[in-house]
Amino acid sequence: MQWQFWIVQTLNSVSFGGLLFLLSSGFSLAFGLMRIPNLAHGAFFMLGAYFGATVVYFGGDFWLAALAAGVGVGIVGIALERFILRPLAGNVQGQVLVTLGISFIIADVCLLVWTGDPWTVPAPPAMRRPLLVAGFAFPTYRLVVVVIALVAAVALYFLMERTRLGAMIRAGVDDMEMARGVGIPVSLLFTVVFLLGAVLAGAAGAFGGPILNAYPGLDADMLPLALIVVILGGAGSLLGAFVGSFIVGFLYNFGIALFPDLAYFILFLPMLLVLVFMPQGLFGRAAP
Amino acid sequence: MATDLATDALDIAGIDAFYGDSHVLHGVSFTLRPGRLLGLLGRNGAGKTTCMNTIMGFLKPKRGSISLFGEHVGGLAPDTIARKGICLVPQGRRMFRSLTVRENLMVAAQRTRGAGGRPGWTMDRVFDLFPRLKERHAQFAGSLSGGEQQMLAIGRALMGNPRVLLMDEPSEGLAPQIVAEVGRIIAQLKAEGQSIVLVEQNIRLALELADDIAIINTGVVVHKGDAKAIKLDDAIVSQHLGVF
Repeated sequence: MQWQFWIVQTLNSVSFGGLLFLLSSGFSLAFGLMRIPNLAHGAFFMLGAYFGATVVYFGGDFWLAALAAGVGVGIVGIALERFILRPLAGNVQGQVLVTLGISFIIADVCLLVWTGDPWTVPAPPAMRRPLLVAGFAFPTYRLVVVVIALVAAVALYFLMERTRLGAMIRAGVDDMEMARGVGIPVSLLFTVVFLLGAVLAGAAGAFGGPILNAYPGLDADMLPLALIVVILGGAGSLLGAFVGSFIVGFLYNFGIALFPDLAYFILFLPMLLVLVFMPQGLFGRAAP
Repeated sequence: MATDLATDALDIAGIDAFYGDSHVLHGVSFTLRPGRLLGLLGRNGAGKTTCMNTIMGFLKPKRGSISLFGEHVGGLAPDTIARKGICLVPQGRRMFRSLTVRENLMVAAQRTRGAGGRPGWTMDRVFDLFPRLKERHAQFAGSLSGGEQQMLAIGRALMGNPRVLLMDEPSEGLAPQIVAEVGRIIAQLKAEGQSIVLVEQNIRLALELADDIAIINTGVVVHKGDAKAIKLDDAIVSQHLGVF
């Protein structure tokens, strides 16, 4: 019984870390490149969860639901970047505040459309039975989420480290003005990265549905976690988002399971330590 | 191209530029003719780097015009200006530190322009020019020595197939033998017909390489002329540049 507890909590932590990676990788890249935290990112996740829940509710396939959530939130994201953030270029304060405003608007629209009651999303039928290995029961769906997150991590790694587009994004994170100076169309990169982050957040919301449900306030529950991940890992660092996601996944799950009264303290303490001793994050680059 | 020979490579006319409220450039004008090297000299803080940043589009000029082979480029975005063919070797090198040497060159590659029938720059040609960079192609730019970073900064600018190459203090902070090598490279580029604006604190190096000289002092062009004449005229040098 004791072993089962540790195994399940560990798997819960890893799968939650995987969800956080899907949520925060795009958030971190956009933060690193555009120098602003998109405070609507938690709302993107919630919107994805509702989109996914709706598709499943109407009998849609689970994978179709994740795809629809990614595309739907991607459209919202590109509209936000093109029509609201772009005209505010250069006004960092204005951009940050407007993303916060957008997150409130999305939350209110969700309340209007999907009501205040939580929407539970069943895992796909094939993944509902626990996987039995060596006498231990593993929740199958959570294992699948871990695999999805790893596939996304490999794909993002390939994009960022092995393509010209990825090198251009990293160049923009390093020195945006100079990136423009060598002819890199940085404002186009903004759109690409913002879109990528929105699609990932939306899909993450759909994948998170069977674990977290879709409910009002999901956005405000997820956004601080994404912020902690980015502060731990360093803005603009994919590796930082990866490591930070799993650190937060473990702290969050074990904190709640073992010391429920101190869960948030356990979560925010490492962030405080990193801010004090390594303000650039574990994998962030020091300002030149 | 014939039109390249008929018009000035770069024409700066009456540029005023500000950093916030402080007026840094006052009606700066100078002209770079195709295939020539203009040395832009002046004391520290005279406005040379501001000049480069304004041409590159990092700073928007309040007044005046900037033309590249007759085409107005003043006030355009830096990436547009770079794609039109003005490439910068910036002061302080400004490598993309988390990119490898090869990636630094790759992200700066632009299509070849048939500038005067010269062959376009490719990564292989840059590696031929700087064999050291080829040896270190997989290293992160942040781990290179100062001299290697300067070579990479020059190579990166060349990858843009510049019609006009701006070089902002390429000898800054380098050991004497590296300065000599940078000088040799600049001479070679010039011999190939590259139009260059060279900003230098190293007056000896600049006078050696330049065809024409413009001297800038507190944001105003105070002297323009032939490099050979200035080399022989100690009065101009000591008056505007202090020591020699």
